[in-house]
Amino acid sequence: MALTQEITLARLQEHFGDAILSHAEPFGFLTIEIPADRILDVVGFLKNEADLAFGYLTDLCAVHMPEQSGREIGVVYHLHSLTNNVRIRIKCWIPEAAPEIASATSLYAGANWMERETYDFYGVRFQGHPNLKRILNVDHMEIFPMLKQYPLEDSSREDKDDRFFGR
Amino acid sequence: MAEQSIFGEEHIETENKQYNTLNLGPTHPATHGVFQNILQMDGEIIMSSEATIGYIHRAFEKLAEHRPFYQVTPITDRLNYCSSPINNIGWHMTVEKLLGVQTPKKVDYMRIVVMELSRIADHIVCNTVIGVDTGALTGFTYMFQERERIYDIFEQMCGARLTTNIGRIGGFERDFSAKTIQLIREFIAGFPKRFDEFEGMLLRNRIFMDRIINVGPISGERALEYSFSGPNLRAAGVDYDVRVMNPYCSYNDFDFTIPIGTNGDTYDRFCVRQAEIRESLKIIETALNNMPEGNFVADCPEFYLPAKKDVYTSMEALIWHFKIVMGEVDLPKGEVYHSVEGGNGELGFYLISDGGRTPYRLHFRRPCFIYYQAYPEMIKGSMLSDAILTMSSMNVIAGELDA
Repeated sequence: MALTQEITLARLQEHFGDAILSHAEPFGFLTIEIPADRILDVVGFLKNEADLAFGYLTDLCAVHMPEQSGREIGVVYHLHSLTNNVRIRIKCWIPEAAPEIASATSLYAGANWMERETYDFYGVRFQGHPNLKRILNVDHMEIFPMLKQYPLEDSSREDKDDRFFGR
Repeated sequence: MAEQSIFGEEHIETENKQYNTLNLGPTHPATHGVFQNILQMDGEIIMSSEATIGYIHRAFEKLAEHRPFYQVTPITDRLNYCSSPINNIGWHMTVEKLLGVQTPKKVDYMRIVVMELSRIADHIVCNTVIGVDTGALTGFTYMFQERERIYDIFEQMCGARLTTNIGRIGGFERDFSAKTIQLIREFIAGFPKRFDEFEGMLLRNRIFMDRIINVGPISGERALEYSFSGPNLRAAGVDYDVRVMNPYCSYNDFDFTIPIGTNGDTYDRFCVRQAEIRESLKIIETALNNMPEGNFVADCPEFYLPAKKDVYTSMEALIWHFKIVMGEVDLPKGEVYHSVEGGNGELGFYLISDGGRTPYRLHFRRPCFIYYQAYPEMIKGSMLSDAILTMSSMNVIAGELDA
């Protein structure tokens, strides 16, 4: 029987029970939320079970929701089971004060730079990453610029006068 | 530890052997872009390397959080600038998915024509540059004339050539004009002959084959672990193509094959792109011949700029024009992932909207960024000149790499 999103979800719920905190299907894309400390269990299960075979890490990124106290930063994984053509999105919420989550580099070689990019922009510290350092920004940057508290432009700049830009 | 070398840190000791450090880039004429690789060399053999990227990082994801959706389109132009229309249309389709807009068949077919033309332009750049790096400049100059023809078509459609900003949410600004269709027809009539000449010069050329076979190979398993996509993955023998796997834009109406390679080396990447160009031509011709009747835009007046003549004469149109240009139309809430088969592979847009006028979060899944991390592994143990070839055959585009 061909794998579907429903079967994937049922298998996950059967195996992990309450660790599947929530699930939804926005725009037909199966999305689950799990506790951050279970990420390697869940992703490893999805990858290694023969009938699931989510062997392709499509994307890994983060999102910052400062109004969610204690769970401000979301790390989002997009996995794809190429043999079954089923996709799944996994979300973990971690606190901005201690943004730590296990690295997926042991499961997917391609997670290396995706995690470096996420660290570079959101400061998420991926535990067990072989080379977690900045990748696109300059090494001496002190902030994690995609966090919402940092404005698009440096507010101390004096060479741009808002009046000339209709702002 | 040996005593301090007179060359200082230039010499690094590993396993009782001294390697030379070579800085390839960031601005090296042979790397076709801003790439830095710090190589540890044993003579002319690369022992290890580290890639430094980010030289043209422009904070697109941060910028996108401050721009209404129409102002995001020019940002996508500058990702993979060799095939901007695919990025533009991919973004427009992402927004349409969020809005729930159904595009008419005609729009889908027009988009396919545009996207396949840009795929050809993209692959032309990559394959001719492989020729240049092996010492065959002629093919490059001849095929770039063909690329100019494609850009003439884009210019006829939207007024721009490289960074096209083509199309609208819901479809296109205007229908293909008679002149556009004539240019496309001329292109698909004339291109195969010149393309055959180019292919005849290289494909079975003994010197060319000896030069690039087994250069920079990667196995299918390894490529999948590295989340490769596009021609580079298919050259390694995995037939993953978003157009077939998750058909968007009525691609399932078309009959085309996915060319795959076996070794994942430079020659296979070259061959896969050559074959894909032929498939794209076939798709364009079919799409033109079967172009459905209908409107060139979906019915979504809140998101589609009204015609100029209406803006000047009707109050309603003028209001919409202002609202759309100033970005005062809110997007619905939701999160959506949409991917298209770009020139380099799966180009994904992960959009989170909180119901405001700009994306709350927009992440670009950039195929270049993801597969370039395998580069050190692919060039390990090879010659310096092979590293250059591997890079050009992977089609690493700095704009997409650094976003």
